[in-house]
Amino acid sequence: MSTVQLAGRSVEVDAEGFLLHADQWDEQMAGEIARENGIQTLTDRHMQVVEFMRGTYLETGSAPSIRSLGKTSGVPIKELYELFPKGPAKLAAKIGGIPKPRGCI
Amino acid sequence: MSDTIEKVSIIISKGSLEGIYPGLIMANGARMEGIESNVFFTFFGLDAINSAKHEHVKVATVGNPGLHLATWAGGVPGVSALVTHQLAHEMEKLDIPPIPEFVELIADSGAGLYACKASVDLFKLGREDFIPQVKDIITVGEFYGLAGGGQIVFT
Repeated sequence: MSTVQLAGRSVEVDAEGFLLHADQWDEQMAGEIARENGIQTLTDRHMQVVEFMRGTYLETGSAPSIRSLGKTSGVPIKELYELFPKGPAKLAAKIGGIPKPRGCI
Repeated sequence: MSDTIEKVSIIISKGSLEGIYPGLIMANGARMEGIESNVFFTFFGLDAINSAKHEHVKVATVGNPGLHLATWAGGVPGVSALVTHQLAHEMEKLDIPPIPEFVELIADSGAGLYACKASVDLFKLGREDFIPQVKDIITVGEFYGLAGGGQIVFT
């Protein structure tokens, strides 16, 4: 665990850079986290996935599986991997300021 | 050698439900971590990509000590179907897709799916027997070529 500066605020993150407290996140941090992870510009499609991940986490306490991400986020699997080549669920969770998803699917 | 895995090639060689799922879960899990991934289906593992068979893959209830079921009971007609049905139900609760959907998801995630040529010839199969997501029927040598620079996992 460490403290980093994001969008001018101090937030606590885990060893891989996932926010430890979802309530410390705001939208301005999203672009900054994305750039640090190789995504230069966050498009509306990126944000659709990020908001779906975050919304599901805040509602249910756990992040959605890649299967339900593909089925219900409105962004199909192929496009998810084009938007987030290094792992859609993982990266969208990181950008959306929620803990790293722990599911295997 | 790097201490992170950048690429895996997974071999699925068995045709039972419990023989196919571990390889699929590992391939999908690799893609979820951004790891490049190939899946090579050989012998009865080909059933996972055979369009006539992939909906009908069953749990082996005979010769499967993990089930803790008497051998004679495992052989009673309908037991394999029943156990398969129960397991599929439990898997659905965990959001694990049925095999046809799972294979499609893995292909859409950018993993390469390949059929083993020796097995295809042995079972007298052809390109038309497989789902369209299968990229090619390849030899073992070609598989090693594809697997270059990564790890190989045999299941």
